[in-house]
Amino acid sequence: MNEAVLELANLNKRFGALQATRDVSLDLRPGEIHALIGPNGAGKSTLIGQIAGSLKPDSGRIVLAGEDITSLKVAQRARLGLGRSFQVSSLAEPLSVKRNVMIAVQALQGHSFRFWKPVQRDDSLLVPALEALERMSLTHRADTQVAELSHGERRQVEVACALALKPRVLLLDEPMAGLGPEGTAHLTELLDALRHEVPILLIEHDMDAVFRLADRISVLVSGGVIAQGDSAAIRANPQVREAYLGEAAC
Amino acid sequence: MNKSNTSTLAPQPGLPTPAASWYDRKGLVQIGLLAFLLLAPLALYFLGHIYYVNLASRITLIAMAAVGLNLAIGYGGMVSFGHAAYFGLGGYVAGISAYHAFDFTPVIGWPIAIPGSDSMLVIWLAAILLCGLLALVIGAISLRTTGVYFIMITLAFAQMMYYFANSWPTYGGEDGLPIFLRNGLPWVDTNDALTFFLICFGGLVLSLAITSRIMKSRFGAALTMARLNDTRLATAGVSPYPIRLVAFVISAMITGLAGALYADLNGFVSPSMLSWHMSGELMVIVILGGVGRLYGPLAGALLFVMMETLLGGMTEYWQLFLGLVLLFVVLFAKHGVMGWLAGRERHE
Repeated sequence: MNEAVLELANLNKRFGALQATRDVSLDLRPGEIHALIGPNGAGKSTLIGQIAGSLKPDSGRIVLAGEDITSLKVAQRARLGLGRSFQVSSLAEPLSVKRNVMIAVQALQGHSFRFWKPVQRDDSLLVPALEALERMSLTHRADTQVAELSHGERRQVEVACALALKPRVLLLDEPMAGLGPEGTAHLTELLDALRHEVPILLIEHDMDAVFRLADRISVLVSGGVIAQGDSAAIRANPQVREAYLGEAAC
Repeated sequence: MNKSNTSTLAPQPGLPTPAASWYDRKGLVQIGLLAFLLLAPLALYFLGHIYYVNLASRITLIAMAAVGLNLAIGYGGMVSFGHAAYFGLGGYVAGISAYHAFDFTPVIGWPIAIPGSDSMLVIWLAAILLCGLLALVIGAISLRTTGVYFIMITLAFAQMMYYFANSWPTYGGEDGLPIFLRNGLPWVDTNDALTFFLICFGGLVLSLAITSRIMKSRFGAALTMARLNDTRLATAGVSPYPIRLVAFVISAMITGLAGALYADLNGFVSPSMLSWHMSGELMVIVILGGVGRLYGPLAGALLFVMMETLLGGMTEYWQLFLGLVLLFVVLFAKHGVMGWLAGRERHE
């Protein structure tokens, strides 16, 4: 079971003169949380875009569970088991929380061209949606409009949406962004429990959360991976200290 | 695991949802609108005011065409400025079919001979199929764009249809094509104003029911998500494009059926049914009534045609007042007449 679920091999992406992704290779194995850190402008978002499918790499391969997904579209990758959350919450604000999650369940079942049966009474959509919400301890907010949720709760709904897809890989783009210390602690706990169900590639700024959660850490600087290892190794790595942790670690 | 959460989950999957009932404010407004539209012509018919029965038919068909457009604009977020193409095509299907049935000449002689028909059932089916086909082509191209470009490209396609009809002398060109005898249905006399109104009313109710049912289904959920946040939909694994395209096609079919009936109502079809004025009129009606409100097109069409009739009788500049009303709605009552009558729409 130690074969990688997600594998990036020699990814390159260039915007004009800027090499945003430089020969990036990394993998994600079952049961682990692999954190991707790096200072602003290191190319994290570009890399995420390529993994999720909104950007095409110039060269390199992305393999999900043995399948080459490099040229697939966003929706196709999602159907193959790539669940993601966004750096800035991307939910349908006027809809209830459960409706936002139900669309993911519907997508998982693959039946969107059904015109007759009302979803309101469709338990095959509702039950899995509520299960996903329960995992994020959000059941009590199921009928609330997303627009009324706190920032932290939205982050949790994002993860619940991704979970409802029963993904093979979870791609979380700064899930802690904008959360207070309490919210971060809460979400850290929730993610900690998730790793054995689904491996997580975690892009995160919050160092405490990263060091608490990550089994492995990759450090991205100006588009390339400069170091990879467990948190102790990363903390000790002088290159990383210089490039990224800088003042904070001294 | 949180105890309180588990208990909500297990035995009662259907969390209590606010059931929409016919007797709440919105339900009463909807029933009131339909009842008014049905009962007023009935009364007027028996009082002998045939003109007003035909006016009610006109309101009904414009409303039905707008119900179709509302599915694209209001529910799908696809601002089509070219729905006259389907309204007019529906009209021309009725006109051309009747013309050939009257003449005993085939519509198409080769490779297979397709005779004309003066049966409404045949005409409706043909109108729905052809409008669906046209929308499939136009939608497949237009939906690759968004925003202003989508508006412009749908307009461009409709204008192509307009000029095509204008310059095709066989079917009257810019003079249009008369339908000498209203097309028929088995067992009923479609020439009777009230009978014809009831057919139109049935069409409107059917299109409202279909729209309502679709929007509550899985497809409707996907379409709503495509409008509100298509990134979310794609991230869930559903491509927004085919969802939008199918909605666009259904929308055009409804508008096209209304167009076929509209030609029969007037006994006449001309390129004006395909013109951008027509597209604009339908759009104005959707906005007046309330974008994305099921009964919005009905409220909008009632207001529009009544203003046209009442004010148009007083002054030929009635559209000035229409403009003022539209300005008021856009600036102060963004949810249209339905928002004002029935309150804000709440998503479940």
